[in-house]
Amino acid sequence: MARAVTSRRKTINTALAWGVGLIIFFPILWTILTSFKTEGDAITYPPKFLFFDWTLENYSIVQDRSDYMRYLWNSVIIAGGSTLLGIIIAVPAAWSMAFVPSKRTKDILMWMLSTKMLPAVGVLYPIYLMFIKLGLLDTRIGLVIVLMLINLPIIVWMLYTYFKEIPGEILEAARMDGASLKEEILYVLTPMAIPGIASTILLNVILAWNEAFWTLNLTAAKAGPLTAFIASYSSPEGLFYAKLSAASTMAIAPILILGWFSQKQLVRGLTFGAVK
Amino acid sequence: MGRITLDKVTKSFGATEVIPPLDLTIEDGEFAVFVGPSGCGKSTLLRLIAGLEDVTSGTIRIDGEDATMVPPAKRGLAMVFQSYALYPHMSVRKNIAFPLRMAKMAQDEIDRRVQGAASVLNLTDYLDRRPGQLSGGQRQRVAIGRAIVREPAAFLFDEPLSNLDAALRVGMRLEISELHKRLATTMIYVTHDQVEAMTMADKIVVLRAGHIEQVGSPLELYREPRNLFVAGFIGSPKMNFIEGAEAAKHGAHTIGIRPEHIAVSESEGAWSGRVGVSEHLGSDTFFHIHDTGLAETITVRADGEVGFRHGDRIHLTPRDDVVHKFDAKGLRIA
Repeated sequence: MARAVTSRRKTINTALAWGVGLIIFFPILWTILTSFKTEGDAITYPPKFLFFDWTLENYSIVQDRSDYMRYLWNSVIIAGGSTLLGIIIAVPAAWSMAFVPSKRTKDILMWMLSTKMLPAVGVLYPIYLMFIKLGLLDTRIGLVIVLMLINLPIIVWMLYTYFKEIPGEILEAARMDGASLKEEILYVLTPMAIPGIASTILLNVILAWNEAFWTLNLTAAKAGPLTAFIASYSSPEGLFYAKLSAASTMAIAPILILGWFSQKQLVRGLTFGAVK
Repeated sequence: MGRITLDKVTKSFGATEVIPPLDLTIEDGEFAVFVGPSGCGKSTLLRLIAGLEDVTSGTIRIDGEDATMVPPAKRGLAMVFQSYALYPHMSVRKNIAFPLRMAKMAQDEIDRRVQGAASVLNLTDYLDRRPGQLSGGQRQRVAIGRAIVREPAAFLFDEPLSNLDAALRVGMRLEISELHKRLATTMIYVTHDQVEAMTMADKIVVLRAGHIEQVGSPLELYREPRNLFVAGFIGSPKMNFIEGAEAAKHGAHTIGIRPEHIAVSESEGAWSGRVGVSEHLGSDTFFHIHDTGLAETITVRADGEVGFRHGDRIHLTPRDDVVHKFDAKGLRIA
């Protein structure tokens, strides 16, 4: 009998999990469906779920009206560049915090994380002015720097957590074996932390890809990534839901596909240490 | 060459002094064992010699040269860690070759030395495996291999056998002793196990709370322990300590008698008592005797054939020529 109860509970849990999953996924599904509707079908009431005239015209209009590839390329440069720069800075930082901690290390980590609790709009004005002075407004390099700084606390925290899992004796062994600090990080620490570094990179590419506040406020025409591409379809003269949906679908598709293929890595990375 | 000299070396962590000023010399080719209860500073002392910790004051010399400020890699010492500390992402071959690669040695020389170390340590068949695919004993051998390829001035072992099971431990103990005889290189070995210390060492350094209690050969420590602590620490089962009138007869505050220096008899003897727990090892039997009026328990080591039962009243006779005498401060009276 115990078995019967377990299997019923299993069914309920499965149904619940699917329910929650569908609720989370529904807006994305709705956006994708709407992108294949005519503007008329998109705003009709009651809404049409699957039985409408499927069309690709929104995609061709969006493609004609704006240069998708340019936005995509900007997104790739900004997300990839800020993550790479962040990793280069964070690896030595996390190394020192994990293996040669000082009395203040915990405080520094908390302080770094606390910057994530600050409402971004609070520093928009000073950063905007700095960008004007430095000529960084609407440049990819400007966004690479700003997004790197925004995500750096998370990168350092994640790497710190992974590095803490590596036994200090192995690094001491490397030191006894004659490795310099550079060789120790290059040949011993980094290869051992590869899974952790990979999931850190992945998560930060996703975060940077989806970042909208800074990319919208600091770019205009030249350096705008896909977030700016979507925003350009929410125009003041009235919303065109179907076209907006087509633009959104095109913007999220690359990161959705990346996330899909790397989900195993991502989950393993995020639970590293907890379920080892 | 590997003569290591510590001159007034101290180590403090913050306000806590873990090693008070300490002088010690380990001669070239010697097998020195640091032994003591946990927290006595033996591992810290080894890490100071390795350079993994900085001394607070004092000087460390290796072959006469001041090495106090020399980084670990440049001291010419090799270390074997308790956790083996192998590089999990490298094959056995690469693990053993790592120090040679760091020394920018030519590839053919690296290959030759790795092969040499592997054949000495019976690792030839495992060279392309990862550490994760090896047993504990094999991993420990890889760690030793990584140490010997460098041909260091001295080997440092930090409780290398404590992660192994009892049978393997005895085997590895012999292998390390054998290695020492063959290489004749200085070895410093840290352990809390006095059996390892007694069986392997040329020189034992007994430590307590960062202090050196006594330095000597295993038999010197066994025969002439300088104080109660060393007397109690070296030897298994522990030495029996007796105070009071019985000690006064010998003109001492405390006398110590090892369990193997007490004869047992059913009928007659100097002392008598009741048999408590008996531990039968086959070759020997340890009797724990109560109600002697001398100490709470007197432990006696008897022949394996002797068969007393729990509660039997028996008689004990100590060998007078091996009674250790200590004064009120616990120091040996000559």
